[in-house]
Amino acid sequence: MTPAPGKSPIQRSAPRISGGLRLDPRPAVIGARFSKIKKVIAVTGWKGGIGKSVTASTLALLLAEKGFKTGLLDLDLAGASAHIVLGASGLFPKEEMGLEPPSVAGVKFMSVSFFSSNKAVPLRGAGVSDAIMEMLAITRWGELDYLVIDMPPGINDTALDIIRLLPGTRVLAVTTPSIMAHSVLERSLRLYKSLKVPVLGVIENMTRGAHALSKAAAGRVRYDARLEKALGSPARILKTDFAKDLAKIAGRIVN
Amino acid sequence: MHEWALAESVIKTSAEHAAREKLRCVSEVGVALGELQSIDREIFAFALAELVKSSFKDLAACKFSLLDDPAAFKCRACSAEFTLKALKRTGEEAENIHFIPEMAHTFLKCPECASPDFDITAGRGVTIKHIRGEQ
Repeated sequence: MTPAPGKSPIQRSAPRISGGLRLDPRPAVIGARFSKIKKVIAVTGWKGGIGKSVTASTLALLLAEKGFKTGLLDLDLAGASAHIVLGASGLFPKEEMGLEPPSVAGVKFMSVSFFSSNKAVPLRGAGVSDAIMEMLAITRWGELDYLVIDMPPGINDTALDIIRLLPGTRVLAVTTPSIMAHSVLERSLRLYKSLKVPVLGVIENMTRGAHALSKAAAGRVRYDARLEKALGSPARILKTDFAKDLAKIAGRIVN
Repeated sequence: MHEWALAESVIKTSAEHAAREKLRCVSEVGVALGELQSIDREIFAFALAELVKSSFKDLAACKFSLLDDPAAFKCRACSAEFTLKALKRTGEEAENIHFIPEMAHTFLKCPECASPDFDITAGRGVTIKHIRGEQ
């Protein structure tokens, strides 16, 4: 073919060097790691000690019991405790082209507790983000119907990272009948709404008596004195009133 | 072998960068391996080669240059600057840091004041330093 007048028949390639980069490669694989996960639910709340970890862990157990392929990711790096709820001691992820989470009572489980030797994890914000990014990039969940994330309290680095890195994540909020928890809850729900993060519902935990404080609550979970003694045993947790109440609410709002 | 997961991330990022910069081919990618994460260089290089062969044939002509990236730290409590050589860790602790480098704050302390509140100023993990190609 005759080249057009003034054009060379040979296209000369131009060498190009992108130097001085500091490219973080990990975000590129996070989408692939989550590509076979149908639904991600972040269990959150805006105060400490309101039962987020027990709710997240029990929700994962309930979903697994129903036959769903379920994972549980503990991202409360400073206060990791889902491993205590599940009784996940003596376990470690399997190294297979990344890390495969071990299974506890049918739930694939990943936590910073596997790597911290039961010691504190004192991280500043940038460290939290880096650790989360690392866990998301190297964990191979495989196929899941649900991944439940146990979030730390508040809208902080972890929450903002999950919103950024895992779009489509839905929030399940936990509160208690305390006026303090409710005040923070209302503000936080408004923020999630403005960030267009879908909220599955609010669970009011540790309720006593008939009166519930929150108008936003999708359901109430009664205070269950037997729960503390059941911690560490998935089978016993599933028999508590706590799990029964949670199952009723989850049946309505988790889909 | 979680080196494979990180190798995959390097390849994907290189391919995405090439597409963004409209590179016809990528001839070299410079990958810094942070000393703190102590990536196994042989496994990492093997994983890169195998992943390119199996799934990223567009990068078949690419050379991955693995570069040392020494770790450096600065204490926020006393401002001391130190390197990894100054820090003691057991084999198990080093393994945990290998998986999640931020575990350094759990297991390592400033050699001057023993604070875990330090910044990792260099050599944390895997970073892409340069990409050479042709447009």
